[in-house]
Amino acid sequence: MLSEQERREIEAHARHYPNNRAVCIEALKIVQQHRGWVSNEGIADVAEALQMKPAELESVATFYNMIFRKPVGKHVILLCDSVSCWIMGYERLRQHLGDRLGIRPGQTTADGRFTLLPNVCLGACDHAPVMMVDEAHYQDLDPARIDEILASYQQEEEKSTDGNAAHS
Amino acid sequence: METPLTHNISPGREPPNLAQYEKAGGYAALRKALSMPPAEVQAAVKESNLRGRGGAGFPTAQKWSFVPMGDDAPRPKYLVCNADEMEPGTFKDRMLLEGDPHQLIEGIIVSAYAIQADVAYVFLRWAYKLAARRMEGAIAEAYRHGYLGKNILGSAYNLEMHLHVSAGRYMCGEETALLNALEGKRANPRAKPPYPQVSGLWGKPTIVNNVETLCNIPHIVNHGAEWFKSLSRSDDGGTKLYGVSGRVKNPGLWELPMGTSMREILEEHAGGMCDGYQFRGLLPGGASTDFVTAEHLDLAMDFDSMKKADSRLGTGTMIVLDDKTCPVGMLLNLEHFFAQESCGWCTPCWSGLSWIEQILQDMEEGRGRASDLELLESHTRLLGPGHTFCALAPGAAEPLQSGLKYFHDDFERHIHEKRCPWSQM
Repeated sequence: MLSEQERREIEAHARHYPNNRAVCIEALKIVQQHRGWVSNEGIADVAEALQMKPAELESVATFYNMIFRKPVGKHVILLCDSVSCWIMGYERLRQHLGDRLGIRPGQTTADGRFTLLPNVCLGACDHAPVMMVDEAHYQDLDPARIDEILASYQQEEEKSTDGNAAHS
Repeated sequence: METPLTHNISPGREPPNLAQYEKAGGYAALRKALSMPPAEVQAAVKESNLRGRGGAGFPTAQKWSFVPMGDDAPRPKYLVCNADEMEPGTFKDRMLLEGDPHQLIEGIIVSAYAIQADVAYVFLRWAYKLAARRMEGAIAEAYRHGYLGKNILGSAYNLEMHLHVSAGRYMCGEETALLNALEGKRANPRAKPPYPQVSGLWGKPTIVNNVETLCNIPHIVNHGAEWFKSLSRSDDGGTKLYGVSGRVKNPGLWELPMGTSMREILEEHAGGMCDGYQFRGLLPGGASTDFVTAEHLDLAMDFDSMKKADSRLGTGTMIVLDDKTCPVGMLLNLEHFFAQESCGWCTPCWSGLSWIEQILQDMEEGRGRASDLELLESHTRLLGPGHTFCALAPGAAEPLQSGLKYFHDDFERHIHEKRCPWSQM
Protein backbone atom coordinates (compact mmCIF):
# COMPACT_ATOMS: atom_id res chain seq x y z
CA MET A 1 0.00 0.00 0.00
CA LEU A 2 1.15 3.55 -0.62
CA SER A 3 2.33 5.40 2.46
CA GLU A 4 0.44 8.51 3.50
CA GLN A 5 3.38 10.61 2.38
CA GLU A 6 3.50 8.94 -1.05
CA ARG A 7 -0.24 9.36 -1.46
CA ARG A 8 -0.11 13.05 -0.55
CA GLU A 9 2.74 13.74 -2.97
CA ILE A 10 0.99 11.92 -5.80
CA GLU A 11 -2.26 13.77 -5.17
CA ALA A 12 -0.45 17.13 -5.26
CA HIS A 13 0.89 16.32 -8.73
CA ALA A 14 -2.38 14.80 -9.95
CA ARG A 15 -3.96 18.25 -9.75
CA HIS A 16 -1.78 19.30 -12.72
CA TYR A 17 -3.52 16.90 -15.10
CA PRO A 18 -7.11 16.35 -16.24
CA ASN A 19 -7.06 12.64 -15.39
CA ASN A 20 -5.40 10.24 -12.97
CA ARG A 21 -3.52 8.22 -15.53
CA ALA A 22 -1.39 11.18 -16.57
CA VAL A 23 0.26 11.32 -13.16
CA CYS A 24 1.44 7.70 -13.31
CA ILE A 25 5.04 8.49 -14.31
CA GLU A 26 5.34 11.05 -11.55
CA ALA A 27 3.77 8.53 -9.15
CA LEU A 28 6.41 5.94 -10.08
CA LYS A 29 9.12 8.54 -9.47
CA ILE A 30 7.64 9.35 -6.06
CA VAL A 31 7.53 5.68 -5.06
CA GLN A 32 11.12 5.29 -6.24
CA GLN A 33 12.19 8.35 -4.26
CA HIS A 34 10.84 6.78 -1.06
CA ARG A 35 11.69 3.14 -1.65
CA GLY A 36 14.88 3.36 -3.72
CA TRP A 37 13.41 1.47 -6.68
CA VAL A 38 10.06 0.32 -8.10
CA SER A 39 9.33 -3.27 -7.10
CA ASN A 40 6.38 -5.35 -8.28
CA GLU A 41 4.69 -4.26 -5.07
CA GLY A 42 5.37 -0.64 -5.97
CA ILE A 43 3.76 -1.19 -9.38
CA ALA A 44 0.72 -2.81 -7.74
CA ASP A 45 0.39 0.01 -5.21
CA VAL A 46 0.50 2.79 -7.81
CA ALA A 47 -1.79 0.88 -10.19
CA GLU A 48 -4.38 0.45 -7.48
CA ALA A 49 -4.24 4.09 -6.44
CA LEU A 50 -4.62 5.33 -10.04
CA GLN A 51 -7.09 2.62 -11.07
CA MET A 52 -4.82 1.29 -13.77
CA LYS A 53 -4.06 -2.31 -14.68
CA PRO A 54 -0.66 -3.32 -13.22
CA ALA A 55 0.43 -4.67 -16.62
CA GLU A 56 -0.40 -1.35 -18.25
CA LEU A 57 1.60 0.54 -15.64
CA GLU A 58 4.44 -1.95 -16.02
CA SER A 59 4.60 -1.14 -19.74
CA VAL A 60 5.04 2.52 -18.86
CA ALA A 61 7.53 1.86 -16.06
CA THR A 62 9.83 -0.20 -18.28
CA PHE A 63 9.85 2.41 -21.04
CA TYR A 64 11.52 5.15 -18.99
CA ASN A 65 15.15 4.56 -18.06
CA MET A 66 15.03 6.60 -14.87
CA ILE A 67 12.40 4.30 -13.38
CA PHE A 68 14.45 1.52 -11.77
CA ARG A 69 12.69 -1.85 -11.87
CA LYS A 70 15.64 -3.50 -10.10
CA PRO A 71 17.26 -2.49 -6.81
CA VAL A 72 20.10 0.00 -7.13
CA GLY A 73 22.92 0.91 -4.78
CA LYS A 74 22.86 3.75 -2.28
CA HIS A 75 24.38 6.03 -4.93
CA VAL A 76 23.70 5.78 -8.66
CA ILE A 77 26.56 6.87 -10.92
CA LEU A 78 25.43 7.94 -14.38
CA LEU A 79 28.41 8.21 -16.69
CA CYS A 80 27.65 10.03 -19.94
CA ASP A 81 28.45 7.77 -22.91
CA SER A 82 27.28 10.10 -25.70
CA VAL A 83 29.39 11.46 -28.49
CA SER A 84 31.14 14.53 -27.00
CA CYS A 85 32.08 12.65 -23.83
CA TRP A 86 33.17 9.66 -25.93
CA ILE A 87 35.53 11.93 -27.93
CA MET A 88 36.90 13.41 -24.71
CA GLY A 89 37.76 10.10 -23.08
CA TYR A 90 34.61 8.26 -21.93
CA GLU A 91 36.06 4.78 -22.51
CA ARG A 92 39.08 5.40 -20.32
CA LEU A 93 36.83 6.73 -17.55
CA ARG A 94 34.45 3.79 -17.79
CA GLN A 95 37.39 1.46 -17.46
CA HIS A 96 38.74 3.42 -14.51
CA LEU A 97 35.39 3.58 -12.70
CA GLY A 98 34.83 -0.11 -13.35
CA ASP A 99 38.27 -0.99 -11.95
CA ARG A 100 37.87 1.22 -8.89
CA LEU A 101 34.42 -0.13 -8.07
CA GLY A 102 35.05 -3.70 -9.24
CA ILE A 103 31.86 -3.72 -11.35
CA ARG A 104 30.78 -3.36 -14.94
CA PRO A 105 28.15 -0.89 -16.18
CA GLY A 106 24.73 -2.12 -15.05
CA GLN A 107 26.06 -3.66 -11.84
CA THR A 108 26.03 -2.70 -8.16
CA THR A 109 29.00 -3.02 -5.81
CA ALA A 110 28.86 -5.93 -3.37
CA ASP A 111 28.56 -3.51 -0.42
CA GLY A 112 25.51 -1.95 -2.08
CA ARG A 113 27.11 1.47 -2.15
CA PHE A 114 27.32 2.27 -5.88
CA THR A 115 25.43 1.31 -9.04
CA LEU A 116 27.17 2.24 -12.30
CA LEU A 117 24.95 3.03 -15.29
CA PRO A 118 25.90 4.41 -18.69
CA ASN A 119 23.70 7.34 -19.63
CA VAL A 120 22.88 9.44 -22.68
CA CYS A 121 24.12 13.01 -23.10
CA LEU A 122 23.82 14.99 -19.85
CA GLY A 123 23.84 18.36 -21.61
CA ALA A 124 27.22 19.69 -20.42
CA CYS A 125 29.24 18.86 -23.54
CA ASP A 126 31.52 21.90 -23.25
CA HIS A 127 32.77 20.33 -20.00
CA ALA A 128 33.02 16.74 -21.25
CA PRO A 129 33.51 14.14 -19.95
CA VAL A 130 30.75 14.40 -17.37
CA MET A 131 28.76 12.22 -14.99
CA MET A 132 26.08 12.48 -12.34
CA VAL A 133 26.09 10.85 -8.92
CA ASP A 134 22.50 10.85 -7.69
CA GLU A 135 21.46 14.50 -8.22
CA ALA A 136 24.94 16.04 -8.47
CA HIS A 137 26.70 16.83 -11.76
CA TYR A 138 30.49 16.44 -12.14
CA GLN A 139 32.32 17.91 -15.11
CA ASP A 140 35.75 17.95 -16.79
CA LEU A 141 36.46 14.48 -15.44
CA ASP A 142 39.71 12.55 -15.50
CA PRO A 143 40.73 9.49 -13.49
CA ALA A 144 42.18 11.58 -10.64
CA ARG A 145 39.00 13.61 -10.35
CA ILE A 146 36.94 10.41 -10.30
CA ASP A 147 39.03 9.08 -7.41
CA GLU A 148 38.41 12.32 -5.50
CA ILE A 149 34.67 12.11 -6.10
CA LEU A 150 34.43 8.46 -5.03
CA ALA A 151 36.49 9.25 -1.92
CA SER A 152 34.16 12.12 -1.02
CA TYR A 153 31.15 9.76 -0.99
CA GLN A 154 33.10 7.27 1.08
CA GLN A 155 34.10 9.94 3.62
CA GLU A 156 30.57 11.24 3.84
CA GLU A 157 29.36 7.76 4.74
CA GLU A 158 32.09 7.20 7.29
CA LYS A 159 31.11 10.49 8.88
CA SER A 160 27.47 9.49 9.07
CA THR A 161 28.45 6.06 10.50
CA ASP A 162 30.51 7.85 13.19
CA GLY A 163 27.51 10.02 13.88
CA ASN A 164 25.31 6.98 14.39
CA ALA A 165 27.91 5.40 16.67
CA ALA A 166 27.99 8.55 18.79
CA HIS A 167 24.22 8.42 19.18
CA SER A 168 24.08 4.80 20.23
CA MET B 1 26.23 43.33 -30.75
CA GLU B 2 22.93 42.71 -29.01
CA THR B 3 22.42 39.49 -27.08
CA PRO B 4 18.81 39.59 -25.89
CA LEU B 5 18.56 35.92 -24.89
CA THR B 6 21.59 35.90 -22.61
CA HIS B 7 21.51 39.54 -21.50
CA ASN B 8 20.50 38.64 -17.92
CA ILE B 9 22.59 35.47 -17.71
CA SER B 10 25.86 35.24 -15.84
CA PRO B 11 26.90 31.58 -15.65
CA GLY B 12 27.74 30.46 -12.13
CA ARG B 13 25.50 33.15 -10.59
CA GLU B 14 21.91 32.94 -9.37
CA PRO B 15 19.39 33.86 -12.08
CA PRO B 16 17.46 37.13 -11.74
CA ASN B 17 14.49 36.78 -9.40
CA LEU B 18 11.18 38.28 -10.42
CA ALA B 19 11.95 41.77 -9.09
CA GLN B 20 15.37 41.82 -10.79
CA TYR B 21 13.87 40.49 -14.01
CA GLU B 22 11.21 43.22 -13.96
CA LYS B 23 13.86 45.86 -13.27
CA ALA B 24 15.71 44.71 -16.39
CA GLY B 25 12.53 45.27 -18.42
CA GLY B 26 10.99 41.86 -17.81
CA TYR B 27 7.26 41.21 -18.18
CA ALA B 28 6.88 44.43 -20.22
CA ALA B 29 6.29 42.24 -23.28
CA LEU B 30 3.48 40.44 -21.48
CA ARG B 31 1.82 43.75 -20.54
CA LYS B 32 2.13 44.89 -24.15
CA ALA B 33 0.86 41.58 -25.56
CA LEU B 34 -2.18 41.59 -23.28
CA SER B 35 -3.15 44.98 -24.73
CA MET B 36 -3.02 43.53 -28.26
CA PRO B 37 -5.47 41.13 -29.89
CA PRO B 38 -3.92 37.60 -30.02
CA ALA B 39 -3.89 37.77 -33.83
CA GLU B 40 -1.61 40.81 -33.65
CA VAL B 41 0.88 38.95 -31.44
CA GLN B 42 0.88 36.13 -33.98
CA ALA B 43 1.36 38.66 -36.78
CA ALA B 44 4.39 40.21 -35.04
CA VAL B 45 6.03 36.78 -34.70
CA LYS B 46 5.22 35.96 -38.32
CA GLU B 47 6.77 39.22 -39.47
CA SER B 48 9.96 38.44 -37.50
CA ASN B 49 10.72 35.23 -39.49
CA LEU B 50 11.37 33.38 -36.22
CA ARG B 51 12.05 29.72 -36.99
CA GLY B 52 11.90 26.99 -34.36
CA ARG B 53 15.15 26.47 -32.48
CA GLY B 54 14.56 22.83 -31.51
CA GLY B 55 16.25 21.51 -34.64
CA ALA B 56 13.72 21.37 -37.46
CA GLY B 57 13.48 25.13 -38.06
CA PHE B 58 9.76 25.25 -38.78
CA PRO B 59 8.46 28.86 -38.82
CA THR B 60 6.97 29.46 -35.37
CA ALA B 61 4.06 31.66 -36.42
CA GLN B 62 3.10 29.21 -39.16
CA LYS B 63 2.96 26.42 -36.58
CA TRP B 64 0.71 28.59 -34.41
CA SER B 65 -1.53 29.53 -37.34
CA PHE B 66 -3.09 26.02 -37.47
CA VAL B 67 -4.54 26.32 -33.95
CA PRO B 68 -8.31 26.82 -34.07
CA MET B 69 -9.17 30.28 -32.73
CA GLY B 70 -12.38 31.97 -31.69
CA ASP B 71 -15.24 31.14 -29.36
CA ASP B 72 -16.07 27.78 -30.90
CA ALA B 73 -12.48 26.46 -30.76
CA PRO B 74 -12.16 23.25 -28.71
CA ARG B 75 -11.07 23.82 -25.10
CA PRO B 76 -8.84 23.61 -23.21
CA LYS B 77 -6.00 24.47 -25.56
CA TYR B 78 -2.43 23.68 -24.53
CA LEU B 79 1.00 25.15 -24.99
CA VAL B 80 3.90 22.82 -24.20
CA CYS B 81 7.46 24.01 -23.77
CA ASN B 82 9.82 21.30 -24.99
CA ALA B 83 12.67 21.42 -22.46
CA ASP B 84 13.61 17.77 -23.01
CA GLU B 85 17.06 18.66 -24.34
CA MET B 86 18.74 15.33 -25.02
CA GLU B 87 20.22 15.59 -28.50
CA PRO B 88 23.83 14.42 -28.00
CA GLY B 89 26.21 17.36 -28.12
CA THR B 90 23.48 19.87 -27.24
CA PHE B 91 23.58 22.03 -24.11
CA LYS B 92 21.91 25.30 -25.07
CA ASP B 93 18.45 25.16 -23.50
CA ARG B 94 19.98 24.29 -20.14
CA MET B 95 21.66 27.71 -20.06
CA LEU B 96 18.34 29.49 -20.70
CA LEU B 97 16.45 27.37 -18.15
CA GLU B 98 19.04 27.81 -15.40
CA GLY B 99 20.14 31.32 -16.27
CA ASP B 100 16.90 33.24 -16.79
CA PRO B 101 13.79 31.19 -15.97
CA HIS B 102 11.48 34.24 -16.00
CA GLN B 103 12.44 35.01 -19.60
CA LEU B 104 11.20 31.56 -20.57
CA ILE B 105 8.07 31.87 -18.43
CA GLU B 106 7.25 35.23 -20.00
CA GLY B 107 7.83 33.73 -23.45
CA ILE B 108 5.46 30.89 -22.64
CA ILE B 109 2.73 33.19 -21.30
CA VAL B 110 2.92 35.54 -24.31
CA SER B 111 2.90 32.58 -26.74
CA ALA B 112 0.05 30.92 -24.88
CA TYR B 113 -1.87 34.19 -25.09
CA ALA B 114 -1.24 34.36 -28.85
CA ILE B 115 -2.95 31.02 -29.35
CA GLN B 116 -5.34 31.55 -26.41
CA ALA B 117 -4.09 28.47 -24.57
CA ASP B 118 -5.57 27.65 -21.17
CA VAL B 119 -2.83 25.44 -19.77
CA ALA B 120 0.95 25.39 -20.30
CA TYR B 121 3.33 22.56 -19.44
CA VAL B 122 7.10 22.76 -19.25
CA PHE B 123 8.32 19.28 -20.21
CA LEU B 124 11.75 19.12 -18.60
CA ARG B 125 14.27 16.32 -18.77
CA TRP B 126 15.03 14.66 -15.42
CA ALA B 127 18.79 15.31 -15.55
CA TYR B 128 18.38 19.09 -15.36
CA LYS B 129 18.03 19.22 -11.58
CA LEU B 130 19.12 22.83 -11.14
CA ALA B 131 16.81 23.94 -13.95
CA ALA B 132 13.91 22.09 -12.27
CA ARG B 133 14.48 23.86 -8.95
CA ARG B 134 14.83 27.26 -10.57
CA MET B 135 11.84 26.85 -12.89
CA GLU B 136 9.67 25.63 -10.02
CA GLY B 137 10.64 28.64 -7.92
CA ALA B 138 10.11 31.08 -10.78
CA ILE B 139 6.69 29.64 -11.70
CA ALA B 140 5.58 30.03 -8.06
CA GLU B 141 6.85 33.63 -8.06
CA ALA B 142 4.98 34.37 -11.29
CA TYR B 143 1.76 33.02 -9.76
CA ARG B 144 2.23 35.14 -6.61
CA HIS B 145 2.62 38.30 -8.69
CA GLY B 146 -0.39 37.73 -10.90
CA TYR B 147 1.48 36.74 -14.07
CA LEU B 148 -0.15 33.31 -13.98
CA GLY B 149 -3.55 32.09 -12.89
CA LYS B 150 -6.86 33.88 -13.31
CA ASN B 151 -7.22 37.36 -14.87
CA ILE B 152 -3.55 37.86 -15.56
CA LEU B 153 -2.60 41.49 -14.79
CA GLY B 154 -6.27 42.39 -14.68
CA SER B 155 -6.93 41.16 -18.21
CA ALA B 156 -9.59 38.53 -18.77
CA TYR B 157 -6.87 36.06 -19.78
CA ASN B 158 -6.30 32.92 -17.62
CA LEU B 159 -3.34 30.55 -17.81
CA GLU B 160 -2.20 27.69 -15.58
CA MET B 161 1.43 26.55 -15.83
CA HIS B 162 2.89 23.25 -14.61
CA LEU B 163 6.38 21.81 -14.58
CA HIS B 164 6.51 18.17 -15.73
CA VAL B 165 9.84 16.50 -14.97
CA SER B 166 10.28 13.53 -17.27
CA ALA B 167 11.76 10.11 -16.48
CA GLY B 168 14.20 9.79 -19.37
CA ARG B 169 14.38 8.61 -23.02
CA TYR B 170 15.50 10.70 -26.01
CA MET B 171 12.26 9.78 -27.76
CA CYS B 172 10.33 12.22 -25.55
CA GLY B 173 11.84 15.12 -27.49
CA GLU B 174 9.76 14.17 -30.55
CA GLU B 175 6.66 16.31 -30.20
CA THR B 176 3.96 13.65 -30.52
CA ALA B 177 5.92 11.19 -28.35
CA LEU B 178 6.26 13.99 -25.82
CA LEU B 179 2.49 14.36 -25.77
CA ASN B 180 2.09 10.64 -25.06
CA ALA B 181 4.62 10.94 -22.23
CA LEU B 182 2.68 13.87 -20.76
CA GLU B 183 -0.47 11.76 -20.87
CA GLY B 184 1.30 9.07 -18.82
CA LYS B 185 1.92 6.65 -21.67
CA ARG B 186 4.92 5.11 -23.37
CA ALA B 187 6.61 7.78 -25.47
CA ASN B 188 5.85 6.34 -28.90
CA PRO B 189 5.25 8.84 -31.70
CA ARG B 190 1.75 9.41 -33.05
CA ALA B 191 0.63 9.26 -36.67
CA LYS B 192 0.26 12.66 -38.35
CA PRO B 193 -2.29 13.88 -39.35
CA PRO B 194 -4.02 14.82 -37.18
CA TYR B 195 -1.40 17.38 -36.22
CA PRO B 196 -1.07 18.41 -32.57
CA GLN B 197 -2.24 21.95 -33.39
CA VAL B 198 -5.68 20.46 -34.03
CA SER B 199 -5.64 17.29 -31.94
CA GLY B 200 -2.74 17.11 -29.50
CA LEU B 201 -2.72 16.64 -25.75
CA TRP B 202 -5.85 14.70 -24.75
CA GLY B 203 -7.16 15.35 -28.25
CA LYS B 204 -7.16 19.12 -27.80
CA PRO B 205 -5.34 21.82 -29.82
CA THR B 206 -1.71 21.86 -28.69
CA ILE B 207 1.45 23.72 -29.62
CA VAL B 208 4.88 22.34 -28.74
CA ASN B 209 7.71 24.89 -28.90
CA ASN B 210 11.37 24.64 -27.94
CA VAL B 211 12.85 26.59 -25.00
CA GLU B 212 15.07 28.85 -27.13
CA THR B 213 12.19 29.56 -29.53
CA LEU B 214 9.94 30.69 -26.68
CA CYS B 215 12.67 32.83 -25.10
CA ASN B 216 12.76 34.92 -28.30
CA ILE B 217 9.07 35.81 -28.13
CA PRO B 218 9.13 38.57 -25.46
CA HIS B 219 11.92 40.37 -27.32
CA ILE B 220 10.02 40.26 -30.61
CA VAL B 221 6.91 41.68 -28.93
CA ASN B 222 8.94 44.40 -27.17
CA HIS B 223 11.11 45.56 -30.04
CA GLY B 224 9.32 44.50 -33.19
CA ALA B 225 10.04 42.37 -36.22
CA GLU B 226 12.40 44.83 -37.92
CA TRP B 227 14.68 44.96 -34.88
CA PHE B 228 14.62 41.16 -34.63
CA LYS B 229 15.56 40.73 -38.27
CA SER B 230 18.35 43.30 -37.88
CA LEU B 231 20.02 41.08 -35.25
CA SER B 232 20.62 38.41 -37.86
CA ARG B 233 23.11 38.10 -40.70
CA SER B 234 20.69 35.97 -42.69
CA ASP B 235 17.05 35.76 -43.75
CA ASP B 236 16.20 33.89 -40.56
CA GLY B 237 15.68 36.53 -37.89
CA GLY B 238 17.33 36.89 -34.50
CA THR B 239 20.34 35.62 -32.67
CA LYS B 240 21.23 31.97 -32.09
CA LEU B 241 22.88 30.09 -29.27
CA TYR B 242 25.84 28.32 -30.89
CA GLY B 243 27.93 25.76 -29.06
CA VAL B 244 31.11 23.79 -29.69
CA SER B 245 32.32 20.61 -28.02
CA GLY B 246 35.22 18.25 -28.80
CA ARG B 247 38.98 18.84 -28.95
CA VAL B 248 38.91 22.64 -29.28
CA LYS B 249 40.77 25.10 -27.08
CA ASN B 250 37.72 26.82 -25.64
CA PRO B 251 34.57 24.70 -25.84
CA GLY B 252 31.45 26.65 -24.90
CA LEU B 253 28.22 28.37 -25.85
CA TRP B 254 27.75 31.84 -27.36
CA GLU B 255 24.80 33.96 -28.44
CA LEU B 256 25.70 35.30 -31.87
CA PRO B 257 23.86 36.72 -34.87
CA MET B 258 21.95 34.01 -36.73
CA GLY B 259 24.03 33.19 -39.79
CA THR B 260 27.47 33.51 -38.17
CA SER B 261 29.86 31.31 -40.15
CA MET B 262 31.04 27.96 -38.85
CA ARG B 263 34.63 29.16 -39.19
CA GLU B 264 34.05 32.20 -37.00
CA ILE B 265 32.38 30.09 -34.31
CA LEU B 266 35.04 27.41 -34.43
CA GLU B 267 38.13 29.60 -34.71
CA GLU B 268 37.26 32.89 -32.99
CA HIS B 269 34.93 31.73 -30.26
CA ALA B 270 36.03 28.16 -29.64
CA GLY B 271 39.68 29.12 -30.15
CA GLY B 272 40.41 26.56 -32.87
CA MET B 273 41.70 23.02 -32.38
CA CYS B 274 43.67 21.97 -29.31
CA ASP B 275 47.43 21.80 -29.87
CA GLY B 276 48.38 18.54 -31.52
CA TYR B 277 44.93 17.90 -32.97
CA GLN B 278 43.84 18.47 -36.58
CA PHE B 279 40.29 19.25 -37.69
CA ARG B 280 38.61 16.51 -39.72
CA GLY B 281 34.94 17.45 -39.69
CA LEU B 282 32.02 18.38 -37.50
CA LEU B 283 28.36 17.67 -36.87
CA PRO B 284 26.89 21.19 -36.98
CA GLY B 285 23.75 20.78 -34.90
CA GLY B 286 23.79 17.70 -32.71
CA ALA B 287 24.07 13.97 -33.36
CA SER B 288 21.37 13.80 -36.02
CA THR B 289 22.91 16.19 -38.52
CA ASP B 290 25.20 15.40 -41.47
CA PHE B 291 28.97 15.83 -41.16
CA VAL B 292 30.52 18.85 -42.81
CA THR B 293 34.24 19.18 -43.57
CA ALA B 294 36.84 21.94 -43.90
CA GLU B 295 35.58 22.99 -47.34
CA HIS B 296 32.21 24.00 -45.82
CA LEU B 297 33.44 26.08 -42.88
CA ASP B 298 32.71 29.46 -44.47
CA LEU B 299 29.01 28.67 -44.74
CA ALA B 300 26.64 30.63 -42.55
CA MET B 301 25.13 28.63 -39.69
CA ASP B 302 21.50 29.21 -40.62
CA PHE B 303 18.69 26.98 -41.79
CA ASP B 304 19.01 27.56 -45.54
CA SER B 305 22.79 27.94 -45.87
CA MET B 306 23.52 24.61 -44.17
CA LYS B 307 21.54 22.86 -46.90
CA LYS B 308 24.36 23.80 -49.31
CA ALA B 309 26.57 21.38 -47.37
CA ASP B 310 23.78 18.76 -47.45
CA SER B 311 23.49 19.24 -43.71
CA ARG B 312 21.26 21.08 -41.26
CA LEU B 313 21.56 23.78 -38.62
CA GLY B 314 19.84 21.41 -36.18
CA THR B 315 20.34 22.65 -32.63
CA GLY B 316 23.35 24.81 -33.60
CA THR B 317 25.67 23.02 -31.21
CA MET B 318 28.66 21.56 -33.10
CA ILE B 319 30.55 18.40 -32.27
CA VAL B 320 34.09 18.45 -33.63
CA LEU B 321 35.89 15.36 -34.95
CA ASP B 322 39.69 15.48 -34.69
CA ASP B 323 42.37 13.39 -36.39
CA LYS B 324 43.15 11.36 -33.26
CA THR B 325 39.56 10.12 -33.03
CA CYS B 326 38.34 7.28 -35.23
CA PRO B 327 35.41 8.37 -37.43
CA VAL B 328 34.07 4.80 -37.52
CA GLY B 329 34.25 4.67 -33.74
CA MET B 330 32.43 8.00 -33.53
CA LEU B 331 29.71 6.68 -35.82
CA LEU B 332 29.46 3.52 -33.72
CA ASN B 333 28.94 5.70 -30.65
CA LEU B 334 26.24 7.72 -32.45
CA GLU B 335 24.42 4.71 -33.90
CA HIS B 336 24.58 2.89 -30.55
CA PHE B 337 22.79 5.90 -29.08
CA PHE B 338 20.07 5.90 -31.74
CA ALA B 339 19.61 2.11 -31.60
CA GLN B 340 19.28 2.24 -27.82
CA GLU B 341 16.89 5.17 -27.88
CA SER B 342 14.64 3.83 -30.65
CA CYS B 343 11.24 3.41 -29.04
CA GLY B 344 10.63 0.13 -30.89
CA TRP B 345 7.37 1.30 -32.42
CA CYS B 346 8.29 0.76 -36.08
CA THR B 347 10.40 -2.03 -37.52
CA PRO B 348 12.82 -0.19 -39.85
CA CYS B 349 13.98 1.88 -36.90
CA TRP B 350 14.53 -0.71 -34.17
CA SER B 351 15.72 -3.41 -36.51
CA GLY B 352 17.73 -1.24 -38.88
CA LEU B 353 19.53 0.78 -36.25
CA SER B 354 20.63 -2.23 -34.21
CA TRP B 355 21.85 -3.85 -37.44
CA ILE B 356 23.88 -0.73 -38.27
CA GLU B 357 25.33 -0.73 -34.76
CA GLN B 358 26.38 -4.37 -35.11
CA ILE B 359 28.08 -3.78 -38.48
CA LEU B 360 30.03 -0.83 -37.10
CA GLN B 361 30.94 -2.77 -33.96
CA ASP B 362 32.27 -5.62 -36.12
CA MET B 363 34.28 -3.17 -38.19
CA GLU B 364 35.85 -1.59 -35.11
CA GLU B 365 36.79 -5.05 -33.83
CA GLY B 366 38.41 -6.18 -37.08
CA ARG B 367 35.52 -8.22 -38.49
CA GLY B 368 34.54 -5.78 -41.23
CA ARG B 369 33.67 -7.17 -44.68
CA ALA B 370 33.94 -5.49 -48.07
CA SER B 371 30.17 -5.79 -48.54
CA ASP B 372 29.50 -3.83 -45.32
CA LEU B 373 29.91 -0.44 -46.97
CA GLU B 374 27.13 -1.13 -49.43
CA LEU B 375 24.99 -2.57 -46.66
CA LEU B 376 25.46 0.53 -44.50
CA GLU B 377 24.75 2.77 -47.46
CA SER B 378 21.51 0.92 -48.21
CA HIS B 379 20.45 1.39 -44.59
CA THR B 380 20.82 5.14 -44.87
CA ARG B 381 18.28 5.05 -47.71
CA LEU B 382 15.91 2.55 -46.07
CA LEU B 383 15.88 4.57 -42.85
CA GLY B 384 15.47 7.88 -44.66
CA PRO B 385 12.44 10.15 -44.53
CA GLY B 386 9.17 8.43 -45.38
CA HIS B 387 10.14 4.94 -44.24
CA THR B 388 9.62 5.41 -40.52
CA PHE B 389 7.02 6.78 -38.13
CA CYS B 390 9.10 9.70 -36.89
CA ALA B 391 12.38 11.52 -37.49
CA LEU B 392 14.59 9.45 -35.15
CA ALA B 393 15.86 6.97 -37.75
CA PRO B 394 16.21 9.54 -40.56
CA GLY B 395 18.22 11.61 -38.06
CA ALA B 396 20.41 8.61 -37.30
CA ALA B 397 21.00 8.13 -41.03
CA GLU B 398 22.36 11.67 -41.46
CA PRO B 399 25.79 11.35 -39.79
CA LEU B 400 26.15 7.86 -41.26
CA GLN B 401 25.47 8.80 -44.88
CA SER B 402 27.84 11.77 -44.75
CA GLY B 403 30.39 9.80 -42.72
CA LEU B 404 30.46 7.13 -45.41
CA LYS B 405 31.09 9.84 -47.98
CA TYR B 406 33.78 11.89 -46.21
CA PHE B 407 35.57 9.11 -44.33
CA HIS B 408 35.39 6.43 -46.99
CA ASP B 409 39.13 5.70 -46.83
CA ASP B 410 38.94 5.22 -43.07
CA PHE B 411 36.18 2.65 -43.50
CA GLU B 412 38.27 0.87 -46.15
CA ARG B 413 41.27 0.76 -43.84
CA HIS B 414 39.20 -0.89 -41.10
CA ILE B 415 38.12 -3.58 -43.54
CA HIS B 416 41.52 -4.19 -45.19
CA GLU B 417 43.62 -4.01 -42.04
CA LYS B 418 41.05 -6.01 -40.07
CA ARG B 419 41.37 -3.65 -37.12
CA CYS B 420 40.69 -0.09 -36.07
CA PRO B 421 43.76 1.90 -37.18
CA TRP B 422 43.24 4.19 -34.16
CA SER B 423 43.25 1.38 -31.63
CA GLN B 424 47.06 1.28 -31.51
CA MET B 425 47.38 5.04 -31.01
